[in-house]
Amino acid sequence: MKYFFEQLGHTFIPLFKAIGKVTLMVKSAIVWLFKSKLEHAEVIKQSVRIGADSLIVVCLINFFTGMVLALQTGYSSKSLFNEPLYIGTIVGFSIIKELAPVLTAIVVAGRAGAAVTAEIGTMKVTEQLDALHTLGTNPARYLLIPRYIAFIITLPLLTVFADFLGVMGGFVVSLVKLGVPSSVYWNDIFTFMEISNFMHGFLKSIFFALIIATVSFHKGLGTKGGAEGVGKATTESVVTSMVLILVFDYFISAAFVFVGLI
Amino acid sequence: MIEIRNLVKKYQDKIILNGISADISEGEIFSIMGPSGSGKSTFIKCLVKLVVPDSGQIIVDGKDVLGDKNEFELAQMRRNFGYLFQDGALFDSLNVMENVCFGLKYLTDINPSKYEKIAKEKLSLVGLKDVSSLRVSELSGGMKKRVSLARAIVSEPKYILYDEPTTGLDPVNSEKISELILDMQAKLDITSIVVTHDLKLAFTISDRIAMLHGGKFDLPESPGKFRKSADPFVKKFIDDSICHEMKDSNGKK
Repeated sequence: MKYFFEQLGHTFIPLFKAIGKVTLMVKSAIVWLFKSKLEHAEVIKQSVRIGADSLIVVCLINFFTGMVLALQTGYSSKSLFNEPLYIGTIVGFSIIKELAPVLTAIVVAGRAGAAVTAEIGTMKVTEQLDALHTLGTNPARYLLIPRYIAFIITLPLLTVFADFLGVMGGFVVSLVKLGVPSSVYWNDIFTFMEISNFMHGFLKSIFFALIIATVSFHKGLGTKGGAEGVGKATTESVVTSMVLILVFDYFISAAFVFVGLI
Repeated sequence: MIEIRNLVKKYQDKIILNGISADISEGEIFSIMGPSGSGKSTFIKCLVKLVVPDSGQIIVDGKDVLGDKNEFELAQMRRNFGYLFQDGALFDSLNVMENVCFGLKYLTDINPSKYEKIAKEKLSLVGLKDVSSLRVSELSGGMKKRVSLARAIVSEPKYILYDEPTTGLDPVNSEKISELILDMQAKLDITSIVVTHDLKLAFTISDRIAMLHGGKFDLPESPGKFRKSADPFVKKFIDDSICHEMKDSNGKK
């Protein structure tokens, strides 16, 4: 029985500690957001960095995802109904509501999230974060707020790019490989899809941005040791962000369905 | 004036500072010596609340540093201090000029158009010219320390905390740093607290030297008295340091 409670403690105490630290970190960011001048230059710099870093990979991944989705849907429907049906509808719904936001968030977590953790972690182990305190500012004001805003701006924008490229990928395959006329493909999309479907994916990407920013910053701040610690924190950051994105994807989708944003 | 009373800091079960008390007068250079891991850096971090002690009092110019303070009051309190970090802690993402100007932006109300002029003055005070546009990665160890010192003094603080200012530097650069500390003292009338295990530096610059050992200060003494101390630990520390230096110089020969 004692062993059971010890194991329970080993599992849950670090979890509650982490939740406490994240809460304090977010509180500090909110306080400084309203009580200090926003670092506009830093927000722009970070937005360009996060967006430009991930743009090509996001476009490439979503284009090919759209392509493979159209291919699979087309041939499956051909084998069932003898002709490719509703390719545009299936590609559109899958990409815009689910795949584009999730895949984009995963790419951004892997690239920009990892970069933020490595940067903050390196600053921590080289005392640059302490230096911020002694120079009249603090990590929340100078580093956290600009990066939060940058993630919240760029991830939804990247998701819009991903939506477009994913649908275009599906279009290319359905036209060239499956011989579906372009008017049929676009008609399939626009007949069944509404603006709420787009908003479903778009709003989800904002939640994912919050997850990536929080995790990458929290892991960076918790870095201990030298280069090895930075590497460990970066890996943990990427893995934790990816897991949380996929887990919260279900709960956010369920919440959206519950409020009618289908 | 800085008054420290019964400062205690523990990391888990390990006692790092065990009831330290000291008074540091204005305009004084107060050095703290001690072996690695004795808590010297922890002590000076407590002075600006980068590390929060478990108990005790730190009173700077009559104000309690450790009392309940929000982040804004803390930032205000830290304006009195410049901090030279052990490895410089310069911001990698900024160049030299941006690093030095950083403090002006957040610590002062000076018009931004004057930042560059002030930063250049401070850089020349630490003996650096034509380095403004260099990246941190392009600087040598000695230059990093000097840029870091320029950054620490840019807002003209009343107190400067030096954390191992000569560690990792060759004798020539160490000499330059000790001259700089004395120069800062003479020109800017700053109170300096220097953490070091460099005997030569401590004997050259200090008004008083304290040995941090077993979480406590041995009585702070003038360099002359410190050198002749009867305390077995201080004697051993001085003898070992001299032996180490001699071995180093013989090895080099």
